Amino acid sequence: MSEELRTSLSNVGYIGAGVLFILSLAGLSRQETARRGNALGIAGMIIALLSTALRAEFSGYLPLMLGLAPGALIGGILARRVQMTSMPQLVAILHSFVGAAAVLVGLATYLGHSKVPPGEQGIHLGEIYVGVCIGAITFTGSVIAFLKLQGTLSGRPLILPARHLLNLLLVAITVGVGIWFFRCSETGTGGLWPLVLAVSIAGILGAHSVMAIGGADMPVVVSMLNSYSGWAAAAAGFMLSNDLLIITGALVGSSGAILSLIMCRGMNRSLVSVILGGFGSGEGASASAGAGPQGEVRSIDVAGAAERLREARSIVIVPGYGLAVAQAQHALSEVVRALQSRGARVRFAIHPVAGRLPGHMNVLLAEADIPYDIVLEMDEINDDMPETDLVLVIGANDIVNPSAAEDPGSPIAGMPVIEVWKAGTVIVMKRGMASGYAGIENPLFFRPNTLLLFGDAKKTVEGLRNALSGE
Amino acid sequence: MRIAIPKEILPGEKRVAATPHTVLKLRKLGFEVAVQAGAGLNTDLSDSAYQEAGATIVEDVGRLWSESGVILKVRPPLTGGVQGVDETQLLSPGSLLISFVWPAQHRELLDKLAARRVTALAMDCVPRISRAQKMDALSAMANIAGYRSVIEAAQYYPRFFTGQMTAAGKVDPAKVLVIGAGVAGLAAIGAARALGAIVRAFDPRAATRDQVKSMGAEYLELSVHEEGEGKGGYAKEMSDAFLKAEMALFAQQAMEVDVIITTALIPGKPAPKLITAGMVESMKPGSVIVDLAAEQGGNCAMTRSGEVVTHKGVTVVGYTDLPSRVASLSSQLYGATVASLLEEVWKDGAIRIDESDPVVRGAMVTHDGRVTWPPPPLPNPSPAPPPEPGVAVHSGKAETAAAHGGASAGSASAFWIWVVAAVLAGAGIAVAAPPSFVSHFTVFVLACFVGWQVIWNVKPALHTPLMSVTNAISGIILIGGMLQLSGSNAAAILGAIAVLIATINVAGGFLVTQRMLAMFRRNS
Repeated sequence: MSEELRTSLSNVGYIGAGVLFILSLAGLSRQETARRGNALGIAGMIIALLSTALRAEFSGYLPLMLGLAPGALIGGILARRVQMTSMPQLVAILHSFVGAAAVLVGLATYLGHSKVPPGEQGIHLGEIYVGVCIGAITFTGSVIAFLKLQGTLSGRPLILPARHLLNLLLVAITVGVGIWFFRCSETGTGGLWPLVLAVSIAGILGAHSVMAIGGADMPVVVSMLNSYSGWAAAAAGFMLSNDLLIITGALVGSSGAILSLIMCRGMNRSLVSVILGGFGSGEGASASAGAGPQGEVRSIDVAGAAERLREARSIVIVPGYGLAVAQAQHALSEVVRALQSRGARVRFAIHPVAGRLPGHMNVLLAEADIPYDIVLEMDEINDDMPETDLVLVIGANDIVNPSAAEDPGSPIAGMPVIEVWKAGTVIVMKRGMASGYAGIENPLFFRPNTLLLFGDAKKTVEGLRNALSGE
Repeated sequence: MRIAIPKEILPGEKRVAATPHTVLKLRKLGFEVAVQAGAGLNTDLSDSAYQEAGATIVEDVGRLWSESGVILKVRPPLTGGVQGVDETQLLSPGSLLISFVWPAQHRELLDKLAARRVTALAMDCVPRISRAQKMDALSAMANIAGYRSVIEAAQYYPRFFTGQMTAAGKVDPAKVLVIGAGVAGLAAIGAARALGAIVRAFDPRAATRDQVKSMGAEYLELSVHEEGEGKGGYAKEMSDAFLKAEMALFAQQAMEVDVIITTALIPGKPAPKLITAGMVESMKPGSVIVDLAAEQGGNCAMTRSGEVVTHKGVTVVGYTDLPSRVASLSSQLYGATVASLLEEVWKDGAIRIDESDPVVRGAMVTHDGRVTWPPPPLPNPSPAPPPEPGVAVHSGKAETAAAHGGASAGSASAFWIWVVAAVLAGAGIAVAAPPSFVSHFTVFVLACFVGWQVIWNVKPALHTPLMSVTNAISGIILIGGMLQLSGSNAAAILGAIAVLIATINVAGGFLVTQRMLAMFRRNS
């Protein structure tokens, strides 16, 4: 095969791979087509690999095998072993790999950049520099996010004095080092050290900015890093003049950006305020402490709750991450089946920010064998609340807080919430009277139609299951 | 300390301020309880039942009152006229009285109580704040009255409430109109629905609409309501138009419905006249009106307080003792609210009146020789007092509207700023960058748009699989690593490491997605 033919075939392969990636993401729009979407993505990746291997300039088959085989093995083991509750950590650590790979590719490109035509030298260096910096930010930011999600690092935001100034300073230094890098690169690869220095500074910037963001905002951070990892890949595409990398990076980048946007809307916060960090540090609690709602809470025991469930014809379950923490979703699945067999209409209402990742609750419920067609989004089910006999809130707090809708002075005012208080009766499962992530009192607990069911979610749900199926 | 539970002497009053159940609770708090002999006989509570709960039975009324520090009653103390007894004279100085008082209607009673140096807590004056819900005797009684009003209506209504198909023909369900959707109105809706009637309800407060609907009734709307709200004010002119529309609605409903239950009350004023004589006459013969506002003058022109009258074939029930007609339950709930209020002032084995407590201060009508009614307005714990509910709706709407306006204005100008920036950036790139960069940049921008369009279609339920797939395909960076493998040694090593970790991404991302998607299943 001639060199030209190989390159042409390879380029056509890239187009095919790009189309397959787009179709893959399009396939994910519905559960019915999602599996096919994933398969198309795999096909696209294989075509991309083969097309690259076909390229005239490629000759490193042995090192390729040395990289591919253990990588696939490690990835396969990770994918098989990971708990569904640990998905956020897995996603975060995978982002860090993309970031690290982008840094390595950038460095390697720099070391071999002499092949570039002289007229494009400047922009090429710029592409390398930007790509390496984005990669470094993605890498360290993801590692910190991983450690926070894993619990190794505290979820509390790290608030350094003058942290915004510090970030600005780091950006300024990065730009300064960039100028140095350009100067040193006029001859050969003398700019390697400035480049490595830039990697470290961008790395510090990435780590520090994620350290400043509280545990409650981690879903947004993970989506943001998802976006960054895409931009890092796209930057690598620019430096290698590879359109497939650019297309794929842009797809991933937009996807992560949209997810971050959706999560921010779910919390009624601007993307900027999340990125600047500092939320979830308890400031909200002190602000609302004086005007906190008071009153009598009414509690109910498991037997009483089971009785109410038995009487209800239409039931909505609002799960929060607490459900997954307590590992109660499997017992809950049996409760749902018991209720359905009694003829009750049982549905789930999922808030956009329930769980630790966008869509995390849906995966956790699917894992517990709860059919996805009874799991609805907040917007789909809010209108049905007044006709609902009973709402069961498990391990959720802020997402059912009526002050978001009713109290303009509340720190979460305007946040879209699941309007459970409009239902006939609300049973809230709680461990204690603690407030949620946002540190805000929840007037729902003092409503006359609210009953609190205290106790560990797993034991309580198992108690309900035994009470409902034991007849 | 001893609590006295006297027998109510008002004729027809069957309730009692404590039941054996609440006696147990009071004793648990550390009180002795003395019950007048026969106090609970009208509610089927025998003296022995009280004795079993640990109360002592006292025959001598004078001793019962004078030897007790706390008196729990239902009705306000009667000042002569009834069986020649003046209950205020039985109270010993310094004692605590908890009962309904209705201070606005009984000013002279307050003076007498103050003169006896009695501390009186009025159950009808307990402020309606959430902490005091368990002491809210008015709501407890209103609930019972609402239920009983339907039972009374059913008693006088000569047909079924529920509809039926029988061999002898079809029976239409009764149509019930409930006016006023407070506690009593909602209870009436619930009871009438439970009997199988078709229920409609009207309440000028739009906030009650959801509650009415949740009880299974139809919420009647006024056409004028919308435009009144549209103007945003509560002007007098509007309320005239509103009243007219309201009366027109009632006149039209009167011709259609079989039962009307009215519960409209305005605090401190006579009840509004909502059902005119003409409306009563327009109802079908056999129809029933139950007027829960009878004691305050009645919502119906034909109502006679405490009586049942028939006007042109329509029965108008004006009973004022509906809770007493459900005496056992009324006593139980009333006793519980009284005990809760008593618990508020019972600290460390003594009665302590804490005037800074808004609940106690609100309920306290006489204390220490003074008349302490009306109480000062509730101090507001929050720095910014929350506005009246009705107003809150308006200001809230205005704020959101303003916010929307600002946002849309902001986003419009932001849009143009972006357009200008994009044009400038495009021009800059065209001038400064080499052609190859421009073509890559085109691909990049188009891919961003494609991604943006495609991703919005992804269901939120699939966002986690979406993330893991994008994770996998961002492992495409591995081809960047591959392209370095043929370079210099250093570049090749870096490239190989990049391939290794990017492959972890590709394999891990796709496989975990597959695992997740396999879990999603439809309802079989």
